Amino acid sequence: MIGGRNGGRMGVDTGAAPLGSARAEILRRIRAATGGVSNAEVARAGWTRLPREYRRAATRGREAVLELLEDRLRDYDANVVRAGRDRVSAIVAKMLSERGKTRMVVPAGIAKEWLPAGVEFVEDDGLSVVDLDRFDGVMTGSTMAIAETGTVILQSVPGQGRRAVTLVPDYQLCVVREEDVVETVPEAMARLQETAELPTTFFSGPSATADIEMTRIKGVHGPRYLDVVLMGFGSERETL
Amino acid sequence: MSGSALDPKTAPVFPMAARAAMKDGQLRRNVRHATDVIQAKRARVVAEMPDWQELREAGKQIRQHTMENLDFYLEEFEANCTRAGGMVHWARDAAEARQIIVGLVKDSGSDEVIKIKSMTTEEIQLNSALEAAGIHPYETDLAELIIQLGHDQPSHIVVPALHKNRQQIREIFRREMNLPELGERPEDLADAARTFLREKFLRVKTGVSGANFLIAETGGVCIVESEGNGRMCLTLPETLITVAGIDKVVPRFADLEVLFQLLPRSATGERMNPYNSIWTGVNAADGPHAFHVVLMDNARTEILGDVEARQTLNCIRCGACQNACPVYRQTGGHAYGSVYAGPIGAILTPQLQEMHHAQSLPYASSLCGACYEVCPVKINIPEVLIHLRNKVVKQNGPLNVEAFAMKMMGMIFLSEQRFRAAQRMGRMAEAPLVRRDEKGEGWIGWLPGILGGWTKVRDLQEMPQETFRDWWEKRGPHGS
Repeated sequence: MIGGRNGGRMGVDTGAAPLGSARAEILRRIRAATGGVSNAEVARAGWTRLPREYRRAATRGREAVLELLEDRLRDYDANVVRAGRDRVSAIVAKMLSERGKTRMVVPAGIAKEWLPAGVEFVEDDGLSVVDLDRFDGVMTGSTMAIAETGTVILQSVPGQGRRAVTLVPDYQLCVVREEDVVETVPEAMARLQETAELPTTFFSGPSATADIEMTRIKGVHGPRYLDVVLMGFGSERETL
Repeated sequence: MSGSALDPKTAPVFPMAARAAMKDGQLRRNVRHATDVIQAKRARVVAEMPDWQELREAGKQIRQHTMENLDFYLEEFEANCTRAGGMVHWARDAAEARQIIVGLVKDSGSDEVIKIKSMTTEEIQLNSALEAAGIHPYETDLAELIIQLGHDQPSHIVVPALHKNRQQIREIFRREMNLPELGERPEDLADAARTFLREKFLRVKTGVSGANFLIAETGGVCIVESEGNGRMCLTLPETLITVAGIDKVVPRFADLEVLFQLLPRSATGERMNPYNSIWTGVNAADGPHAFHVVLMDNARTEILGDVEARQTLNCIRCGACQNACPVYRQTGGHAYGSVYAGPIGAILTPQLQEMHHAQSLPYASSLCGACYEVCPVKINIPEVLIHLRNKVVKQNGPLNVEAFAMKMMGMIFLSEQRFRAAQRMGRMAEAPLVRRDEKGEGWIGWLPGILGGWTKVRDLQEMPQETFRDWWEKRGPHGS
């Protein structure tokens, strides 16, 4: 018997053990199993020494990184358009009209100059999920994108909104700024470290499943249609 | 397979269950097709990564380091999660975990829950406990919905309905959702699931989930998924209850940079799965108002205490070993009698049973090593299988036939005299069994007793008339 569990607990479960002592008991079992109490300094020093020989920085040029992101997003069935800063609202108007979307929800704090005239944009002020379900789609900014995996990252901040807003509508239009695109996953996680405690969602293409014969098919519960505007350089940040 | 839960305590031994599964041609075709597709996808996206081996090594070291300092990281997670408004509960075993979760659901005032796919809740058979308490669980992952509506059991840790093909799934949905006109394209089936579950997502006030990672540094929890059903269950309910094995903790947020690269490519052959969610405690403006985490041991500390088997806990549940395993690919998952099937199940299940049940599973392998090769955190599954076989033999005592035979062999090999005597005796004993082929070579086609297992499927060549030792001694001083 390993871990010294003989005392009074042999045999089959007869129901749960009395509450209250579970925490102490589990920690005691762990310490018996690993040979003692671990301490913060030893753990932190050990963590620092862990080998990390994998790529942790970009290896491609900027333009190649942006092209990679476009390619990877398209590979997941997302529609991607690159646009200069002053062209965003025109591109948005075109995308929405092509999809026949006339009534969109947007989070508070979205850049107003991205929103074209002629489309109804309703700001989320705590709408119910049933209300959210009635919109044609949602339009947001983004925190960052990872080129190598075709991933866009959203956080619960102005301009990106609470998670329900980008989840319930069936269509999402997302603006990604070129300066927020990194090549690799480690670069993204390093940038997110400061805001690690915010509710955070990574999305890589529209909702999908591979549960039927392992064939990836688009669209189950999250937004089934995804457009991305990759916005070219234009100085100051406004949605963070 | 019927609706009775996969319980290692009552499941038939693997060879018996496997024999039954092998007769189901449809099941074997489905499993072979799905695992072929997933292996090809995995191979393609793994080959894209020039640093795959470095990532595997980092993944292994992170997991190993976590297990060595598990008490520290769990306490750190608890403190940070609590600080962020989460409630942390501890459960020594499955019964205690079920009791806590049922109590929390009742306290939330709901008599139904929406569930994210969680093998941990399958491990503790949570759904039947909820139903017994008058609470209806809705599985929301497409595969788990297929399993639930089909009164079936999961056969794979990532794709639980991998053993069903599209026609079979259509039949289940037609019957259970009352959709006589439903088509059989995967898109039709996914659409049906979307419509069926939409109303539940918008209505049900309590969610239950597992966890992929618990982040000690921040107290955050991470779930990776595909369909968005996970996001629905994490975001829309008022109360969220997450149950996780104590092995799910990772030291720091930055460690996700390794796991986010290893897990999706290994699990579904994607560069990244469609959705990853990370949340920390309760956020007043975003998501559930009440958040509970149940940290469950359920024999994981037993595994931790066995130094040679401890690496079992490093598993991040990608299922790559199942897809690669020549045994799993023939039998499918149900034959393992556990929600954890395949190579990882063969080492995890008996240990979760503290070696009292599922003793046949460490033998459900040819030790070919395919599982070790694809494991993203380099768990040496063959090594652990052999270690567990040793444990089974020791546990069964010195009087069982295999242990006795091995002991005798050991005695014979220890002494030259005994070895030579055994060879002489062998030649005499085999004489009546040998028949000669047209070239005059002797073959044995039948052996008595347990030795017959060998000759049932192949012939054994007779022992040579002269051994190497005899020849060596006879030859002259210069090799002539």
